[in-house]
Amino acid sequence: MNILESGRVALDSLKANRMRSVLTMLGVIIGVAAVILLVSLGEGTKNYVEGQFAGLGSNILIVTPGKIETKGGPPIIGAAKHKLTLSDSRILEKKGYLFGGVAPVVFGTAEVRSGSRSRNVPVLGVTPSFSSVRNLHVEIGGFVTESDVEAKRRVCVLGRTVKRELFGSANALGQIVKVSGGRFRVVGIMQQKGVSLAVDLDDIVFIPVRTAQDLFDTDALLEIIVSIRNKNDIESGKELARSLLFKNHNRHEDFTITNQAAMLSSLFTILDTLTYVLGGIATISLLVGGIGIMNIMLVTVKERTNEIGIRKAVGARDRDILVQFLLESTALSSSGGIGGILVGVFGGWGIREFVPKLPVEIPSWAILLAFTFSVFVGIFFGVYPARKAATLHPIEALRYE
Amino acid sequence: MSKIYEPDVQRVVGLEDVDLDIRSGDFLAVMGPSGSGKSTLMNILGCLDIPTSGTYRIKGIPVSRLPPEELARLRNREIGFIFQVFHLLPRYTALRNVELPLLYAGVGREERTERALDALRSVGLEERKNHLSNQLSGGQKQKVAIARALVNHPSLLLADEPTGNLDTKSGDELMDILVGLNREGTTIVLVTHDQAIARRAKRVVYIIDGRLVAKEEFREIRG
Repeated sequence: MNILESGRVALDSLKANRMRSVLTMLGVIIGVAAVILLVSLGEGTKNYVEGQFAGLGSNILIVTPGKIETKGGPPIIGAAKHKLTLSDSRILEKKGYLFGGVAPVVFGTAEVRSGSRSRNVPVLGVTPSFSSVRNLHVEIGGFVTESDVEAKRRVCVLGRTVKRELFGSANALGQIVKVSGGRFRVVGIMQQKGVSLAVDLDDIVFIPVRTAQDLFDTDALLEIIVSIRNKNDIESGKELARSLLFKNHNRHEDFTITNQAAMLSSLFTILDTLTYVLGGIATISLLVGGIGIMNIMLVTVKERTNEIGIRKAVGARDRDILVQFLLESTALSSSGGIGGILVGVFGGWGIREFVPKLPVEIPSWAILLAFTFSVFVGIFFGVYPARKAATLHPIEALRYE
Repeated sequence: MSKIYEPDVQRVVGLEDVDLDIRSGDFLAVMGPSGSGKSTLMNILGCLDIPTSGTYRIKGIPVSRLPPEELARLRNREIGFIFQVFHLLPRYTALRNVELPLLYAGVGREERTERALDALRSVGLEERKNHLSNQLSGGQKQKVAIARALVNHPSLLLADEPTGNLDTKSGDELMDILVGLNREGTTIVLVTHDQAIARRAKRVVYIIDGRLVAKEEFREIRG
């Protein structure tokens, strides 16, 4: 008997027990839908986080002072200066032919006040290149300029939140705010950026870097952000920055260069793991569905013992019976799989539509995987009942009522 | 040949030194009371079972030594079964029931339908082809069973109490069909405990306690 005929026989008997077949499929439907939805949730989360980082640019190196030592032992006194200064950033700017921009950052927190309203916010001392390197742009007015930096002007650019808190809907441009008691003129308002990496990018005040060094009374930089012009040059750019700074620091490597891409990749590994874990949990429900199939197939084999006897009497081989029942369980599980895909995809659409805060993105591999697995479940859990049917003795089977 | 059952496996009567030769074109009736070993003999003749000792040959092929695969093939090609309880698939139409042996013989769909229709026609049930088998009367069911048994042109037709579940009229009708088939050359072995049925066969053998016995001995024991 060829496979097509066996398939027809299998479908016939599924149709004969419609209610039972649908209920059995339900187990697989729920399993497959759960796999698809949970994996989509994991994938959506990953893409969401990726999106958060994308705003920062992925071709970025961050130079921070100090070295993450792998060896212990006391530091050699006076051997290193252990901080980054504007001289470092100037060197990088002058000789860094691979760099798109070099942005030294001085960091402090300060009270910003306008009239009776005040707010404690991070204050970043920056140069004009910061805007392009970090992909943060002004909406109204202008950013910190080169001459602002050189002349140590007391000007500031406000993040969206700061502006709203201090000025409400009133015009802030040209107004005077007090930063740590000093008078600063507002020259620009940043675009809304939202929260990235738990940092509210809208709740920051930017001032020229040298002004910030005076304000916070330090010449040390928090970090130097370097953007690489060409994405393929990230590794060589990192090496270039290292050698330039190494020379500038009297041949001491007392700084650390982190590649944001490397950082992200480890984070994404975690998020991938999350997706797999969610998928794995959902797979368990698919297995439960498989046990349901095995259960119902055992009942079916018992019920149709006489039929098996008849088929064997007219010439069905063990193999024919085996294939027939295997196809039946596989048909159950794969139609359950298709149903599960429909439920999963529709459910994903529903979540996106009605709970937009939950990031759901259905990857096509999840659909394929869930379906393949459901077919596999049908075969796996169908083998035992089908073997039982195939090995029935024809005489016993015919006698069975 | 003999068939010995394990002592604890049900109370099925075995066979003891049964020596039987069935020639092509024969119409043999096997008579015996219930529990005499008739069914065991039929199962062995039908390749559903193999003898514990001795040999059973179909057209010279020693069946006793064949693997299950080959037994299935023999049942499919050489044997046609007619059972007392019909053994049709209830959810299938008469036509599909008759097609069943052809399905396992690997016959293509068109030819299958054609040959099944021919077989149904030969038992006079062509117009019932699309009836589900459980919508048919007992006599009709048994005719479908005959059509199914014949459809693959077997060399041996085995009928196990074929009239046992039929009224007298349907029973007679069925026997007419069997006699007609035999006249056309079909070899038939029929098991019965009904003298009237057995009389319509060409020859009768008697079986008691798994042994073939002479007619006189049978009469004696049966009283």
